[in-house]
Amino acid sequence: MNNNLYNYILGIADNSLILGQRMGELCGHGPTLETDIACTNISLDLFGQVRSYFQYAAKIAGDGRTEDDIAMLRKEREYKNVLLAEQPNTNFAYTIARQFLFDVYHLAFLSELQNSKDLTLSAIAKKCVKEVSYHERFSSDWVKRLGDGTEESHLKMQEAINDLWTYTDELFHQTESDKVMIKEGVAVDTAKLKENYYKQVSALLEEATLETPESKWFQKGGKKGVHTEHLGYLLADLQYMQRTYPNMEW
Amino acid sequence: MSNKKNWPLWEVFVRSKNGLEHRHCGSLHASDAEMALENARDVYTRRNEGVSIWVVESKHITASNPENNGELFEPAQDKVYRHPTFYDLPDEVKHM
Repeated sequence: MNNNLYNYILGIADNSLILGQRMGELCGHGPTLETDIACTNISLDLFGQVRSYFQYAAKIAGDGRTEDDIAMLRKEREYKNVLLAEQPNTNFAYTIARQFLFDVYHLAFLSELQNSKDLTLSAIAKKCVKEVSYHERFSSDWVKRLGDGTEESHLKMQEAINDLWTYTDELFHQTESDKVMIKEGVAVDTAKLKENYYKQVSALLEEATLETPESKWFQKGGKKGVHTEHLGYLLADLQYMQRTYPNMEW
Repeated sequence: MSNKKNWPLWEVFVRSKNGLEHRHCGSLHASDAEMALENARDVYTRRNEGVSIWVVESKHITASNPENNGELFEPAQDKVYRHPTFYDLPDEVKHM
């Protein structure tokens, strides 16, 4: 089995899985019926992407594990998502800020992944890029509405951006497997996306009358499996059925 | 979100893939036209129902009054000759 490719796919897929779970938590709890459905749609898009990635990963692993096993039966330290994805839905501003900060990255990432030498990854990217274009439109739109909305929405939006800013740099970190895959022309060289990312984010924040945080101190660890305290609780929800009733199917 | 009650109501019209015209499919709340369009996309086209959406704020629709149904619609009931049913179509003519 190609360990580097397997790890690389997990790194991509776990971002979508964990963020999808976070958005799914809003099902029935969104601020309005319309935004509730929008958030759940995003969640379902992400889960759909996750299935493609994990089916491919299961094929590469070739050890009898299915896509569900890979999604549901790993321990916390074995999840390789970025810390940003697991941050909680503190309020709607946090939900939108998290989504926006991830979407801008995700769209740029998938646009590049379409050129991967790995034909499966490039095909998945081609399918996902349309979905994520809409996610980015949705979250950017809401950042503008809340940032340039009422005094209260502005304060809350700024607070969420400030708090989540510390998790943005990790989006561009590269693991050893990432580096090998970049050399082979399979992976996206995320370092090249970074400058444009911050430019794009800052431009939109300005349009939303929000300030771009100046802090240069960034959190990291998710890509190595070292997570914030929030992931354990999220996994407890996500994995509940399979842990309580092993091998359950429905 | 104390203002959500003040979001105006919008009517949504979707044109399906096979259909020729937009059809009314429901209503939703949104703060402006752009948001109404995005909400409509999420609420009414998530099962691949459409290729085009119109939204219009409900207050811009002028509706007939049900109390006037008698004078508006009943006179048409006994005017069967207004339907094109009084001549024979040749078999060769299709799609009529």
